[in-house]
Amino acid sequence: MAAKKEVDAISGVETTGHEWDGLKELNHPLPRWWLWTFYICIIFSVIYWVLMPSWPLLSDYTRGMRGHSQRALVGEEVAALQAARAEKGTALVDAELDAINSNPDLLQFAMANGRAAFGDNCAGCHGTGATGFVGFPNLNDDEWIWGGTLDQIRQTILYGVRSGNDDAHTGDMLAFGRDGVLDAAQVRDVASFVLSMSGGKGAEGADLANGQVVFEENCVACHGDAGAGNQELGAPNLTDNIWLYGGSIETVMETIQNGRGGVMPAWVDRLDEATIKSLAVYVHSLGGGQ
Amino acid sequence: MASTAKKSLTLEEVGIAGLTGLVALYCLMAIANTTDAVMTFHAGVGLVFALAGIYAIFRGYANRSENPPQTVDGLPNYKLGPVKFATFMSMFWGLAGFLVGLIIALQLAFPALNFDLPWTNFGRLRPLHTSAVIFAFGGNVLLATSFYVVQRTCQARIAGNAAPWFVVAGYNAFIVIAGTGYLLGVTQGKEYAEPEWYADLWLTIVWVVYLLVFLATLWKRKEPHIYVANWFYLAFILTIAMLHLVNNATIPVSIFGTKSYIAWAGVQDAMTQWWYGHNAVGFFLTAGFLAIMYYFVPKRAERPVYSYRLSIVHFWSLIFLYIWAGPHHLHYTALPQWSQTLGMTFSIMLWMPSWGGMINGLMTLSGAWDKLRTDPVLRMMVVSVAFYGMSTFEGPLMSVRAVNSLSHYTDWTIGHVHSGALGWVAFVSFGAVYCLVPWLWNRKQLYSMKLVNWHFWVSTIGIVLYISAMWVSGIMQGLMWRAYNSLGFLEYSFIETVEAMHPFYVIRALGGGLFVLGAVIMIYNLWMTVQRGEAETASAKPAMAPAE
Repeated sequence: MAAKKEVDAISGVETTGHEWDGLKELNHPLPRWWLWTFYICIIFSVIYWVLMPSWPLLSDYTRGMRGHSQRALVGEEVAALQAARAEKGTALVDAELDAINSNPDLLQFAMANGRAAFGDNCAGCHGTGATGFVGFPNLNDDEWIWGGTLDQIRQTILYGVRSGNDDAHTGDMLAFGRDGVLDAAQVRDVASFVLSMSGGKGAEGADLANGQVVFEENCVACHGDAGAGNQELGAPNLTDNIWLYGGSIETVMETIQNGRGGVMPAWVDRLDEATIKSLAVYVHSLGGGQ
Repeated sequence: MASTAKKSLTLEEVGIAGLTGLVALYCLMAIANTTDAVMTFHAGVGLVFALAGIYAIFRGYANRSENPPQTVDGLPNYKLGPVKFATFMSMFWGLAGFLVGLIIALQLAFPALNFDLPWTNFGRLRPLHTSAVIFAFGGNVLLATSFYVVQRTCQARIAGNAAPWFVVAGYNAFIVIAGTGYLLGVTQGKEYAEPEWYADLWLTIVWVVYLLVFLATLWKRKEPHIYVANWFYLAFILTIAMLHLVNNATIPVSIFGTKSYIAWAGVQDAMTQWWYGHNAVGFFLTAGFLAIMYYFVPKRAERPVYSYRLSIVHFWSLIFLYIWAGPHHLHYTALPQWSQTLGMTFSIMLWMPSWGGMINGLMTLSGAWDKLRTDPVLRMMVVSVAFYGMSTFEGPLMSVRAVNSLSHYTDWTIGHVHSGALGWVAFVSFGAVYCLVPWLWNRKQLYSMKLVNWHFWVSTIGIVLYISAMWVSGIMQGLMWRAYNSLGFLEYSFIETVEAMHPFYVIRALGGGLFVLGAVIMIYNLWMTVQRGEAETASAKPAMAPAE
């Protein structure tokens, strides 16, 4: 096909003279603004290369006139943050837990630290509002499984529950049904009796008197004669209608049948001391601290 | 080229049958030797496909009275079967991919929709979505249009009898293997390169044949020059081959098992991955679809391309600059800072070369702007070019390290990707397919222009909802992450940022739902065009109409 240059009637610009399947091409010059913006981008880049680390060399790279280093900058920023926190952080580490509450300045710092640390470390299980989920206790109420004083809370955060740490809280709710200690009727009776202690409704046809006998023979060692629990052993109070795993008859029967043994990790190796103290103060302040 | 021999099996047909036979043999051995249930399944699928392919080649030979001529009555004898097949598959995978996208958007808003099943969890469906829309939908559109455009603009029948079919069918077999693999938990864990080594090897074979068919067709061309769309197609095919080979360098644990290990490690692997990932955007989703734009926009507008000179300058600058830009995906990571600098500056320099395509697309309309009012198909393509311009400005902006420190890892990135993917890639594809279907099936026009109009508006509103929700959500997320209180502690915990994003996730899913609805309207319209459309009469055909 011969190249026939023609002038487009609408734009008045010449075509290239090529044609493909009816398609032609005009030959407008490059738009000025386009070309100049392109040049400016290139000039900007060259200046940037001169100023900043950019081109690789054999065993090094061009460092740039500004001597900018992302890695050094991170180090500086972390150091600055640590320095900014150091004064109060050290004061926090040195302070007795009880004394923090009476020092407004320190308390404000501990609460801010605790709140941030709680959101990133604890909220995943206990919820952002610390209201808990099934199997993860509500930290706003005054029902404490392992104790609700500042020191007890700190102890729990440090070493966890059944976490494998040597100082962790241990002690299990045994699997009375599964291990053959109680038969199915006894599980039903004792579960119904336990519910009756907080005014709950048990299973149809359950023998509460028998349940009480079973309770006295198997449960009082940990949960106490009146079922009020024992924080030394992590045995919850059964009379307050607060249930970690749920208070339906089915759930309580399942608890007695298979036992329970929830885990909370130890934070002693993961958070610094000031943060753990802050967390203790923060959790203590949520409403149930003793 | 008219041959005296009436018919014969061509060398290329024998070669492809032989190759497919080898694949069948491997599949048999894999079934016999593997201990991996997914490999058994995939080898079974591969065996069925391979045998069907061999059968198709010999049946094609048995049913023809003579080898297809290169020309009929002096006009090129275009081969349109593979184009039709890829067009059909593009719409099939498109709908599937959009639907899975909607499902995972809903999962992000309402996690219960993961259903606690391994096959339906977000981690498996997300690569299914990205691969289905990019490689299955986008890939089939690229195959269909490239095989159509290269024939039309070269005035030559495509090279090979079986090879073009091998490319389209083999590519779709790859999609089936890749997609079912994701659902069954088989993945390399590399974004946009999830398929395991055996699927990768198969794709390599298919892609080499694709390149050969394309080059051979260009070689046969009757036109003295190569049209600009074909430069872009060729750049796309060649570069994807290179990217695919380097990024997927793996060592299989066993040649009869699904698992493999990537040859690269650590920060080199990350760099290779994003060199691949970014140029998959650059050469698959940009160069390939610019090729579509360069054929279908001037064709539909019936106007000459605005500037030949601009097309040359922006083509070469785009090709040269894009390949450097990958490191901007790894700002503020272990990647050396000098490498981040290069990634950022090359991204900035890439801005104008990208816009060259937009200018050529939009300015081609000069003298035909009135058509936007009457032709929703053209409007769709023009809007796609506008979205292209917007996301190729947003991209360089986000590559600036200071901006990236806010935008990185947030939903802003997701919004950016989708303004490009939904606005540019999908819309220019829809426009091209709306053009192609009546041409391929010999119909005077589409069944309903009104439905195209509906599709346009429903999908456009969907895109706007999607990307604006992600902008707000992403910037909010980034600001919340970096907010410190006066005592130097983080203002928000991570989970609070997740809670804050929920309403925007719902809006995004709504936008995605509208986009799916638009695609359903389109498929109905195309189906009715093929079923009910008035046939194009021979006399009304343009001079260069296909002869089959």
